[in-house]
Amino acid sequence: MARAAVLGRLTWQLATVADAVAETAEVRTLVLDVPGWPGHLAGQHLDVRLTAEDGYRAERSYSIASAPGDRLAITVQRLADGEVSPYLVDELRPGDELELRGPIGGYFVWEPGRGGPLLLVGGGSGVVPLMAMIRARAEAGDETPVRLLYSSRTLDDVIYREELERLAGGALEVVHTLTRARPDGWPGYGRRVDAAMLAEVAWRPGDGAATFVCGSTPFVESVASALVGLGHAPASIRTERYGGVPR
Amino acid sequence: MSETYLDGNAIGGLLWEVFGVEMTVATGVCGGCGASRAVAELHVYVRAAGIVARCPSCDTVLLTVVEAPGRRWVGLSGLARLEIPRTD
Repeated sequence: MARAAVLGRLTWQLATVADAVAETAEVRTLVLDVPGWPGHLAGQHLDVRLTAEDGYRAERSYSIASAPGDRLAITVQRLADGEVSPYLVDELRPGDELELRGPIGGYFVWEPGRGGPLLLVGGGSGVVPLMAMIRARAEAGDETPVRLLYSSRTLDDVIYREELERLAGGALEVVHTLTRARPDGWPGYGRRVDAAMLAEVAWRPGDGAATFVCGSTPFVESVASALVGLGHAPASIRTERYGGVPR
Repeated sequence: MSETYLDGNAIGGLLWEVFGVEMTVATGVCGGCGASRAVAELHVYVRAAGIVARCPSCDTVLLTVVEAPGRRWVGLSGLARLEIPRTD
């Protein structure tokens, strides 16, 4: 692990929004300038802190979307009852400032050269840290075989759709499943990720694959237990559950 | 337990603040069942006042953090031990 990413104190820093990119109707990527950012590893996250005029504070964690060598970016989904995400998705403009700290996390991370093959399984915005891994791999020219199984409600909800299309091919396979609605003639899967789908998409047990699963808690539980049921070693499966975290 | 939980990844920042080091890669040994799991794997219940982290194997409460203005209470009674990687 890059030592810069684990050493040192964790302190709140002031970031400036450099760019804001709409990914879907509910999801936006914020590109952030953070003076002295120590660098990060694919899969890590950061904490964002908002302070209201009356002093009320809210903190949330967001996965880093960018590859280690690119400008720092987070991708945020608006939660209907969220305290923080609607502000990040709808209100913040380039030039605005916000407080953050990070990078955080050493468990759900992958670096080029760490071996593989890799199975990445993402549900909804759970794709964000997996995309950081895919971008890190592309940036490094790494040839690790990667399969991404990505579950979205509809085609319009697919985050990073064009970039994934562009990157797919060779040793990167991208498999979509759309759980709620499919366009006519949709060639991909059209149901929730289940054991039969994982049996078709996953590497075989014994192939030495490392698996990263990120999504809502029910998604992660169901995928991880299906993989174990298929014979994959629990220790080869790393999970990250997302959700609104009031603090 | 039907209430939804997250995992130890979600409290990486808080635990770093409490322990002074990155903790998601630390290993916790459950005092209840003896399971040895990465802190990132613990099941974490988030409440307004703080967090409760439980053993993913047996549900024993391993770690609690309760926040108040100017201080916090950290409970570790369910943990047999923590193995924390050194970075020096």
